[in-house]
Amino acid sequence: MNLDSSRQVFLGEASELLQSMEDALLALEQDPKAVEPLNEVFRAMHTIKGTGGVFGYSAVVEFTHAVETLMDQVRSGQTPLTKPLIATLLECRDHTARLIDSVAEADPESCPLDAELQVAGDALLARLGHAPPPSPAAERGPGPLSGGNEDEDEKEKFLPVVSDLWMIKLEFKRDAFRNGMDPLSFLRYLCTLGEIVHIATICRFEPPDSQPFDPESCFLTFGIAFRSTADKPTIAGVFEFADQDCDIRILEPDSAHARYLDLLESLPAEEIGFIGDLLVRIGAVTPGELERALEIQASGAGDVPAPEDQSRKRRLGDILVEQGSVKPGTVEQAAKTQESARAKRQEETRFIRVDAQRLGHLIDLVGELVTSSAAIRVMVDRAGIEDMSEVVDSVDYLVSEIRDNALQLRMVPIDECLSRFRRVVRDASQELGKEIELIITGGETELDKKVMEKMTDPLTHLIRNAIDHGIEPPEARQQHGKPATGSIHINAFHDSGHVVVEIADDGAGLDARRIRAKAEERGLVKPEDNLTHEECLRLIFEPGLSTKESATNLSGRGVGMDVVRRNIEALRGSVELESKLGEGTKVTIQLPLTLAIIDGFLVGAGQDQYVIPLTQVVECVEMERAEASARHGEHYINLRGEVLPFIRLAELFEKGDRQGAGKRESLVVTRFGHHRMGLVVDALFGELQTVIKPLGKVFEDLRGVAGATILGTGDIALILDVAELSAIVKQARERPVTHSGNT
Amino acid sequence: MRELVASNQKPDSDRPVDSDEATQYLTFSVADECLAMSIDAVQEIIETPQVTRVPMTPDFIRGVINLRGSVVPVIDLGARLGKGPITPSKRSCVVLVEVQRSGEGSVLGMLVDEVKNILEIPPEDVKPPPEFGSELRTDFIEAMGRLEDVFVIILSIDHVLSIDELATLRRLSEETARSDPDLES
Repeated sequence: MNLDSSRQVFLGEASELLQSMEDALLALEQDPKAVEPLNEVFRAMHTIKGTGGVFGYSAVVEFTHAVETLMDQVRSGQTPLTKPLIATLLECRDHTARLIDSVAEADPESCPLDAELQVAGDALLARLGHAPPPSPAAERGPGPLSGGNEDEDEKEKFLPVVSDLWMIKLEFKRDAFRNGMDPLSFLRYLCTLGEIVHIATICRFEPPDSQPFDPESCFLTFGIAFRSTADKPTIAGVFEFADQDCDIRILEPDSAHARYLDLLESLPAEEIGFIGDLLVRIGAVTPGELERALEIQASGAGDVPAPEDQSRKRRLGDILVEQGSVKPGTVEQAAKTQESARAKRQEETRFIRVDAQRLGHLIDLVGELVTSSAAIRVMVDRAGIEDMSEVVDSVDYLVSEIRDNALQLRMVPIDECLSRFRRVVRDASQELGKEIELIITGGETELDKKVMEKMTDPLTHLIRNAIDHGIEPPEARQQHGKPATGSIHINAFHDSGHVVVEIADDGAGLDARRIRAKAEERGLVKPEDNLTHEECLRLIFEPGLSTKESATNLSGRGVGMDVVRRNIEALRGSVELESKLGEGTKVTIQLPLTLAIIDGFLVGAGQDQYVIPLTQVVECVEMERAEASARHGEHYINLRGEVLPFIRLAELFEKGDRQGAGKRESLVVTRFGHHRMGLVVDALFGELQTVIKPLGKVFEDLRGVAGATILGTGDIALILDVAELSAIVKQARERPVTHSGNT
Repeated sequence: MRELVASNQKPDSDRPVDSDEATQYLTFSVADECLAMSIDAVQEIIETPQVTRVPMTPDFIRGVINLRGSVVPVIDLGARLGKGPITPSKRSCVVLVEVQRSGEGSVLGMLVDEVKNILEIPPEDVKPPPEFGSELRTDFIEAMGRLEDVFVIILSIDHVLSIDELATLRRLSEETARSDPDLES
């Protein structure tokens, strides 16, 4: 573990903490009396402060410290938790995120804090400062909340520090350096809390009769006399990160100066006795110390040398007994804390953090495996070895299992992405003076992380649109007989190999006539064109309509909806729109579960082979020549009483090179969204596992083809995007008319 | 030296190239014209493999090939230079070239009639391109190289295989394809 990787851990941890803080604050906004969210906020700030200090991010520490102090006052009931305060705290959260981003980029010591950030932070702190600063005694007084939070209980026990010096002894373990600890960084951070009056450095290395000196081992012990007005938990917080690699003793300053200085130079064994006494006298130990004491007591064995072990074990036992008699609650509380910490740790071990790149590499390899096993299948079939085919079958089965499991690894619940919209909705609705409730259902629906990352922007866009243009102001709503509070409902669910996300609002809806008028103005449609209501609505996905002017003129959306559509289509997804004027709008997005490997259906058209995503294939029927030829010139057939438009693939792709006449053709019925379309092909080859290979930048804008795959024979087959194909054909059939109107 | 066609072999590009010394050029022919390009960008030369057509693309995009598991686009250099598509023959080859675009490299294949030789042309024999008088677009020509008493055109591969331009041209042809009334019938 080097410092860089631990910094990465810190950044990851911080972003998680900030996310949970945001969730907690939003929960508090709903229910200001809730205890657990309050503790959550406190915990987030406290932990970020602690770990931030280890890395010397003093800007982060200063800021989070102020917020933490305020949260402490809130918890103790001195500062009422009001809505404006929650709003400010949310801003503080954002500011902390920015601070962490900025310090993480640069070396904290060489790079001074961005002036702008500093000003923003100061402004926020000033706003927090409006809350009356409580007296230190009151601050530490027992609060009305009994959340069972370790920090809170800790604080209750500590009396305010009046004066004099703290005694801190840091005994780093041998592996401290190897574990990436830098004792100096702790000391440096300690200096931010007060002044180091005296420091004694003790080298524990003894002449090499037992083992030679190892420069990578740490033999350092520091005795520090420290002047500070900080309380004990704050000071202990400095060393929180070093807990595993360092024995930490912190003595409260309430004795004579000289005695402490003497103590610093004295031997460890005596000191242990001292600390024990002091602990009893002061009645103060950090939960960490208590926990350790309990563990040693329980196991009856420590990792310390034998003579010390004896005294320590007895002493700490004494301490606990004594403490128990003095303050029975403390020991119980310590045990409780320990237990909950353990439970939490156990829960954590159920998850393993894995580098996304490694996962991506694994999935790539599985893709290669799929291709290779298809190649084996081709070979075996060609050679006609009967005995082999059973083995190949079982390999095939295993490979497809591995594929599914590997892809599963990258699946994350969509809630991770949706939950951030609570904040978006809250902020935007306050800004616009609207009352909006956000309902999220189906947040547990799983989706490939890569798909999700790419969906965040379009989703944000759609939701902002719903807030901006969809939901009306409260007065307007009431005039229309609707509840003053508008609602936006996000619903996610799985449907035939796709993830469907619906965003529905009960706002003003889209005015199809106005959209159409606008589109006519822009020359996108001709006045005499006959468009259905749905087709009119779809016009808002046209690039021409996405100008600022139209966004303000139209009752509905218009800003960048074409970008939304493009983004979704780039993921091989589709988007549809339903809207009723005055009743609301519903946008339905269909997304593929994953980007890497799909089940495909291989067909032949002309000289080439193509893959149709299996999830879009409904059925295959024989194309009846009589019917098709009777309707030549038309592009639809009667499929059991329903009209089914179709495309002849070879015709579309080979432009007039129609040698298919007289050949048997098949019709593959495909489905995308609510639409159905037939693809006429020359041959059906059946299902196959399809590893999607990107076509590369040259084909970036190619529509109708979603990618390529390598077949078992080594040939390449293109993967068709059925929805796009239908759009291309539709445009090709409509385009000449529209063009002649324009020119 | 005409039999230099190396299949699946990297041309010897490891030789240190000193700026003072002659740069190495790969020469090849397209529609009976001898052309050259700097060897630095060349990754390998392969015999013409099975090319899968990509529909709705212009003629100069020949299709895609399977290069050891990755899908690589192949550009028909004859069509790209306006000399008509190349007819595959025993001698035709695909030259794989790495092209940079906004800091990212991608590999493209370039179908040529025949790969000829690797030559060294000393800097003093590399002349600026003529302002006019060539059949090729001027930005396709990087320089002219003198070989004894003939000049060969040294192609500017970044321009000939500019990904931005290839993608745009593809889009243009799609537009025309869409308004192609043939599709209607």
